[in-house]
Amino acid sequence: MQAFAALLDALSYQPARNAKLRLIETYLRETPDPDRGWALAALTGGLDFPAAKPALLRGFGEDKIGPELFHWSYDYVGDLAETLSLIWETGPDAGPPPTLGEVVDTLQRATKMQTPAILKRWLDALDATGRWALLKLLTGALRVGVSARLAKQAAANIGNKSVDEVEEIWHGLTPPYRPLLDWLLHDAPKPSTNAGGAFLPPMLANPIERAELEALDPAHFRAEWKWDGIRVQVAASGGVKRLYSRAGEDISAAFPDIIEAIDFEGVFDGELLVRRDETVAPFNDLQQRLNRKAVTPKMLKEHPAHVRLYDVLWLEGEDLRALSFDQRRARLEAWNAEKPRARFDVSPLVIFTDWAHLATLREQMTSDGIEGLMLKRGDSAYLAGRPKGPWFKWKRDPMLVDCVLMYAQRGHGKRSSFYSDYTFGCWREADGKRELAPVGKAYFGFTDEELRWLDKWVRDHTTNRFGPVREVAPELVLEIAFDGIARSTRHKSGVAMRFPRINRIRTDKPAAEADTIDSLVRLMP
Amino acid sequence: MTDTLDPRSWLYPTPRGLYCKPGDFYIDPAVAVPRAVITHGHGDHARPGHRAALATPETLAIMRARFEDMPDTQQQPLKYGESVQIGEVDVELAPAGHILGSAQAVLAYRGQRIVVSGDFKRRPDPTCPPFEPIPCDVFITEATFALPVFHHPSDMGEIGKLLRSVATFPERTHLVGVYALGKCQRVIRLLRAAGWDKRIWLHGGLMALCKLYQEQGVDLGDIAHVGDAILETFRGAIVLCPPSALADRWSRRFADPVPAVCSGWMRVRARARQSGAELPLVISDHADWGELCQTLKDVGAPKVWVTHGREEALVHMARSIGIDAEALHLAGRDEEDG
Ligand SMILES: [Zn+2]
Ligand SMILES: [Zn+2]
Repeated sequence: MQAFAALLDALSYQPARNAKLRLIETYLRETPDPDRGWALAALTGGLDFPAAKPALLRGFGEDKIGPELFHWSYDYVGDLAETLSLIWETGPDAGPPPTLGEVVDTLQRATKMQTPAILKRWLDALDATGRWALLKLLTGALRVGVSARLAKQAAANIGNKSVDEVEEIWHGLTPPYRPLLDWLLHDAPKPSTNAGGAFLPPMLANPIERAELEALDPAHFRAEWKWDGIRVQVAASGGVKRLYSRAGEDISAAFPDIIEAIDFEGVFDGELLVRRDETVAPFNDLQQRLNRKAVTPKMLKEHPAHVRLYDVLWLEGEDLRALSFDQRRARLEAWNAEKPRARFDVSPLVIFTDWAHLATLREQMTSDGIEGLMLKRGDSAYLAGRPKGPWFKWKRDPMLVDCVLMYAQRGHGKRSSFYSDYTFGCWREADGKRELAPVGKAYFGFTDEELRWLDKWVRDHTTNRFGPVREVAPELVLEIAFDGIARSTRHKSGVAMRFPRINRIRTDKPAAEADTIDSLVRLMP
Repeated sequence: MTDTLDPRSWLYPTPRGLYCKPGDFYIDPAVAVPRAVITHGHGDHARPGHRAALATPETLAIMRARFEDMPDTQQQPLKYGESVQIGEVDVELAPAGHILGSAQAVLAYRGQRIVVSGDFKRRPDPTCPPFEPIPCDVFITEATFALPVFHHPSDMGEIGKLLRSVATFPERTHLVGVYALGKCQRVIRLLRAAGWDKRIWLHGGLMALCKLYQEQGVDLGDIAHVGDAILETFRGAIVLCPPSALADRWSRRFADPVPAVCSGWMRVRARARQSGAELPLVISDHADWGELCQTLKDVGAPKVWVTHGREEALVHMARSIGIDAEALHLAGRDEEDG
């Protein structure tokens, strides 16, 4: 556990990608099995045991030093696991600290009732860094700036293999990855790739702007709508059926309706959506499904999932990735024409003559379910990663609205000394009076310098305080950018914005001229 | 008599700083005053321009080095353990263990004793004598690290981390950010104690105070200014600089340096990341939470006034063990070095 804790600690302070790789490689080479395999699982999000609930950790902390001191400590540190690791003290006769293998093994067997006592014993035995690593592992949020892809790259490097080779066999493997590590480190045979339903590394697009398009020949490109869902891969072979997120996370359990509907063999690229009677529901509806561990029948009925396919990577035992986009598209359409399926359809191509024509189509499309356009070269093979040139995403311009700052709250961690979370509102008439109604919250979009300015403005214009929140004089106009807007019963104003952020501080604009709720409602599809 | 005397009637905060009325002097005032008692040489405690200043001989030497000799200030040195009467008040200076020359001001008036501890720490420091707990009626304490999350680990353990990193990356230069007064010289002494006897390189901004420490009898071994030495010289070397220099042009002369920062704030990850450190080292010249709590017990004062830092947590803790504690808001105290 201590070697793993030291690795996480060093990674968390290391900004450079290559140095991160070197740290992971060194760890994988020097640490014995099975710990290194468990560490690889932890870094790739492959460990699965009941996560410790924040309430449990908070309870531990409050018991140790009392609720007030714990609250102040947490408020200062900004991270629950870190706070607990810092206030706990190593016990005098706690015994030796556990190994990583022991931690994983014990937690997978322990009942819910046993976990707190085991956890306390480990906290006593570890030092502050060890406690921090243990708690990060238990709360399922390492956040050390290492993606699953980077960890797999490090694993590939120790065996002088390419990361795509590791990716291809990855989903046939389970932690602690003995066959994989034996192959990488000891020349053992390569683990079989025939395990069904393997995840294939996806091809990603680069963003592009209107002006940059002029350098490209429109005849070389195909256009599709960019659907506002989440990118998924549907993989089925040998009776194994799986749904993966773009990062390769297996999300099958949350979408039994999709899994049940798979009656084919192949690997497809598509967008996961909630769809009711031919209409794509707002992203909010999909989010309801994503955040659930257990899916209720009611949820399945009211939020039916759907996959809109736009590419095919494998079909009935044949790898199509080396074919051109146009060839794969023809295979996809032919396959789809054989048999219509309720839970799957094919994303239509958007037909256009030149970029100006496509720009017009993009502007006219106001559907909430569409984020913009995808542009793909007709002759592009399916390449893993984000190659420069073949695929582009041309997002819709964000919507803008002028709001008035109403409340500010202190941030966490690095921003704990700043008022960095802002609640803003729009005007509405009520009983013949004009008043501000809060419409959203934003805590990014500004530069460090703007943050300092906003913080000072908040302190200078405070009219009231409620704990960590300050109410300010309704005098500052903020231009808010957001990607979508939907009706909401949870918000008092009746609207909910998607990705609101502060676009500009409008000191030039009087607060009375900020937008009204009515103008926001008119932006709704 | 002492039972009825309200300590606030003779020592209290004013916009210029903490004022002692029967002695007509200020302690660590925020602006120039006619008469000041200075606990130690850090910028938020020692300021230029006082007509008269009383401090330890070491603190006065530091002030002269920082404030162009202070020809217009009448300087009154007072050694640890000696006492002097100012107006109706007896003043004595006791070691605070914070930096060279740092002192607690012990004030006695009509049988009542108040200790103004300035900044202090409890663990041994090779550059100054240790903090002396003085029993008193009112103890005024700092609260820089007054949260239970602050527990400074052993300083030799942290120095060990630095030396291990030097061994792991022998081709790189270790740039260690330290405050010029106190932290710098303590880190040098700790490195020497850990067996590092090679030359330690210094940023220009650290030279003057190191020289002063040497003149005061603190042996720093082989130190030298980075100056114009060529890049090759610094491979595998330890270079000390002010923390601000880690991010500026100056640091670009070193190939692929490992930035390290020595400060009590390094205990908290968000703060450590903010500092840009790849190697955060928790070495502090202030008392940590455990030391603060222990000190309140050691001095046994029935009343405690808490100044700069996280006052609310320390006031809460003190009240929970039956001490009459309150926060005292003083002008001009920054969140300092750590
Ligand atoms: Zn100080
Ligand atoms: Zn101070």
